[in-house]
Amino acid sequence: MSELNKAMIEQYRNSFLSEVEANVEEGEWVKMCMQCGVCSGSCPLGKHWAHPPQEIFMMIRAGKRDEVLTSDSMWMCTSCYNCIVRCPRELPITHIMHGLATYARKLGLVPQNQPTAKFAEIFWNNMMKKGRVNELKLGLSLYFKDGFGPGIKEALRNKDLGMKMMKAKRMAASEFFGGHGVKDVSGLQKMIKKAQELEDARMKKFD
Amino acid sequence: MSEVAEKKYAAYICTGCGIGDRLDAGELEQTASRDGRMNLVKQHEMLCNKEGVQMIRDDIANEGVTHAVIIACSRRAKVEAFDINDIAMTRCNIREGVIWARPDTDEAKETTQEMANDYIRMSCGEIKQMNKPSPSGQQGRNPNVLVVGGGVTGMTAALEAAEAGYSVHLVEKTGALGGHVAKLHKRVPFKAAPVGTPNSPDANLPMPEDTGIADMISAVEGNDNIKVYLNSTITKTSGAPGRFSVDISTESGDTTTENIGSIVQATGFKLYDPENLPEFNYAGSPDIVTNLEMEELANAAGDGPIKRPSDGKEVTSVLFVQDAGQNSSDEDRLPYDSGIGDLVSIKQALYFKHHNGDGCDTTICYNNLRTPGAPGEDFYRSGQKNGVIFTKSDVKEIVPGDSLTVKMHDKILDDDAEVKVDLVVLDLGMVPNSGPDPYAANEALEGMTDEERAEELEAQEAHAADETSVKVESILNLDYRQGTDLPHLKHGFTDSHFICFPYETRRTGIYAAGPVRRPMDIRQAMDDATGAAMKAIQEIENAAQGRAAHPRVGDLSYPTFRKEGCTQCKRCTVECPFGAIDEDEERYPQYNEARCRRCGTCMGACPVRVISFENYSVNTVGAQIKECDIPEEWDEKPRILVLACENDAYPALDQAAISGVEISPWARVIPVRCLGSTSLSWVTDALNNGYDGIIMMGCKRGDDYQCHFVRGSAMANERMAKVGDTLESLNLEPERVVVEEVAITDIDRAPQLIQDMADTIEKIGLSPFKF
Repeated sequence: MSELNKAMIEQYRNSFLSEVEANVEEGEWVKMCMQCGVCSGSCPLGKHWAHPPQEIFMMIRAGKRDEVLTSDSMWMCTSCYNCIVRCPRELPITHIMHGLATYARKLGLVPQNQPTAKFAEIFWNNMMKKGRVNELKLGLSLYFKDGFGPGIKEALRNKDLGMKMMKAKRMAASEFFGGHGVKDVSGLQKMIKKAQELEDARMKKFD
Repeated sequence: MSEVAEKKYAAYICTGCGIGDRLDAGELEQTASRDGRMNLVKQHEMLCNKEGVQMIRDDIANEGVTHAVIIACSRRAKVEAFDINDIAMTRCNIREGVIWARPDTDEAKETTQEMANDYIRMSCGEIKQMNKPSPSGQQGRNPNVLVVGGGVTGMTAALEAAEAGYSVHLVEKTGALGGHVAKLHKRVPFKAAPVGTPNSPDANLPMPEDTGIADMISAVEGNDNIKVYLNSTITKTSGAPGRFSVDISTESGDTTTENIGSIVQATGFKLYDPENLPEFNYAGSPDIVTNLEMEELANAAGDGPIKRPSDGKEVTSVLFVQDAGQNSSDEDRLPYDSGIGDLVSIKQALYFKHHNGDGCDTTICYNNLRTPGAPGEDFYRSGQKNGVIFTKSDVKEIVPGDSLTVKMHDKILDDDAEVKVDLVVLDLGMVPNSGPDPYAANEALEGMTDEERAEELEAQEAHAADETSVKVESILNLDYRQGTDLPHLKHGFTDSHFICFPYETRRTGIYAAGPVRRPMDIRQAMDDATGAAMKAIQEIENAAQGRAAHPRVGDLSYPTFRKEGCTQCKRCTVECPFGAIDEDEERYPQYNEARCRRCGTCMGACPVRVISFENYSVNTVGAQIKECDIPEEWDEKPRILVLACENDAYPALDQAAISGVEISPWARVIPVRCLGSTSLSWVTDALNNGYDGIIMMGCKRGDDYQCHFVRGSAMANERMAKVGDTLESLNLEPERVVVEEVAITDIDRAPQLIQDMADTIEKIGLSPFKF
């Protein structure tokens, strides 16, 4: 168990809802859910979720901390925004799902080998290098995320698509060497670093 | 005029609205004067306009017309234009009833004209049996309103009536005004959040507010038009609207008798007894409280935190059990839901957030959360915003202990859970404070065999004789033939008609308001009381003029009986749906005009046909049946008699014609006030006269009845069960007489029923009684 997680349990011993309200982006909305289930019914991937959003909200109120934070449900969200559009109480459900996922990651509670979590991490690291997403490298790192053998297989499987993208100038082989970026990469990195420091300081309170 | 005026009959034929184009007006005129034997027959191109009505008025003034038939549109159209009260008048419907119900074709021309001629003959026959109705003069104008119950409902009714200039006698059983509301800490807010308030978790949403009861009590006490009787009950009510005599007695036995015009019963509710719910263990811990006891705890808290009753510990967690003992199919629990319990629990949960701080855990265990009324959804959001936790769950058991253990099943997560809390509040249902139901005994007998009936009656008598048995105390102590109190509709709530007249009860001039009528909150009770006060005022003015209440508003006729013919069979006194008829010392029926709703159910009940109204009697309908021309058998033109309830079936047929739905040319429709007024003799006469089929169209009967006179169509159905014997004795097929339930919306079905009968007749052949 991570130190931060221990601290959080201590801080919000009985009330997971308050913990979510304090630490999860848009978490203060959770209490406003009226359990109508429109979000769950609207989610195109709903049947693949162990706990659809309506249930997640109820579990938060019922204090089911571990079940919620270790769940891979919120990682299933594809940001289609159907739930937000339809929620009669106008809860920003998509954002709350991402907020929960982020919070779970901070506490080190993400399920092992959760592909969405892994992708998010690869995406972030890729983007932070030059301030722009390097599509070629992103694709390659995704192919090889599970090792060299599966990476080759995956790459060959997608080679036709890759060739076509090259032809259409949607992807350039030259990107492999460096690749394009923003004008002031170090400036961006400094900015992000500062934001991270502020966030860490906020969380540090609980250590 | 001092001498008895001679009768002069006049018929007025309107040729407007296409009547003149579709029908031979000359022939109509001839029918009225020759067959109808009218002294005076006139045509007018638009009878309902100023000139036309003036023509009639002039004839009344100058020609001495005493009886008039207006041959034009339906009696339901142009009511104001033809509002002629000073003579006997009837309407002959040849617009909706004939030309609009028939196609405008050459083939249909003959039967359409015959139809119109028949209706004219029938109306001319009817008018000869009618007299000008005039009020009985049994009562004058009595501007006193009696309000029973000094809670928020009763006080609102009293204030409303007093402000309208009527004097009010307000009787309260306890020693103080205010009822339950006086004991509340706060009330559920009356208003929703302003339009445009966002859905965000920090929106400004309505919160519990002051009850306002103190102001209301001082307004009542300071009103010169309101006389308050505390510690008092009603020990006797006799008479009728406009002339009630009411004994108001104090606990010590002092009695004052007041003359009262009309009555509002606002006796409110009591809570369902939590001792009947063993799983919630109410008796097991003082920390398990009812929703009313919760208000006392909040009041006791003053500015400090709310403490639990057992040891005075500050409450840090509270759980609300919604719908405790409500919505249940178990016999001794409430089959209904009060509907307002969720609002009340949100309000009380917010007490804790205010008094005990945000850290106080407040959980509401609901099954179906309902927050009706203006603030409803906003107040729910207000609870959520302030951190009240709502869980859709069944509370299975409450185990007392140092803190209470609540075992529940979470229905969203399908998960059993246990929580420990300091205090549990039970959301108990509202039980009406009604008097004993006058018809409870009858209802128990319904559907029983003779043997079971005898047993049940014996058991009822034994119960009544047993002095130790618990009896519901009467509230009004009416000395009516049909029981001491307002009849119940369902689950002990005093009845009213849910669709057509929610404020009326089955005792004219006595209006129920507030939670005694149905479960409701303060806001609704105040609206309800205002409505009841208006009805009470209306009834005072109606009674003063001898006018009927809903639905025959303004009717001046009332039933009388021919004493020499009466056999004292008591059917009229028993079957009157409104308890209007008492018995005098000689055991003859005694009519109370102001209690009567003029449905004629007594008339239909009377086996010796001695009951009649001036303008509606066995003879007025009998004459219509007789005057219709019955064609010879070889003409192959059947005649179908339709006795149609004037409230639903008749307007449905009118509407059918207006909408262009064809009605069989063989039908002859006679409106009746209620199917309950139908005399079996009409059926027998019609069959003997050669009608081929009879359809009786009444309203829906039974539990969800739509009969405007509550029991009329049910009574008719019961009586007509015996019509089979008549048919058998005449050797006629049973299909020739049918009783149908027709709603006002049945505009396709009502004409179809007539067509079905025409088809049946074609199959079984014409009646052999055509001579």
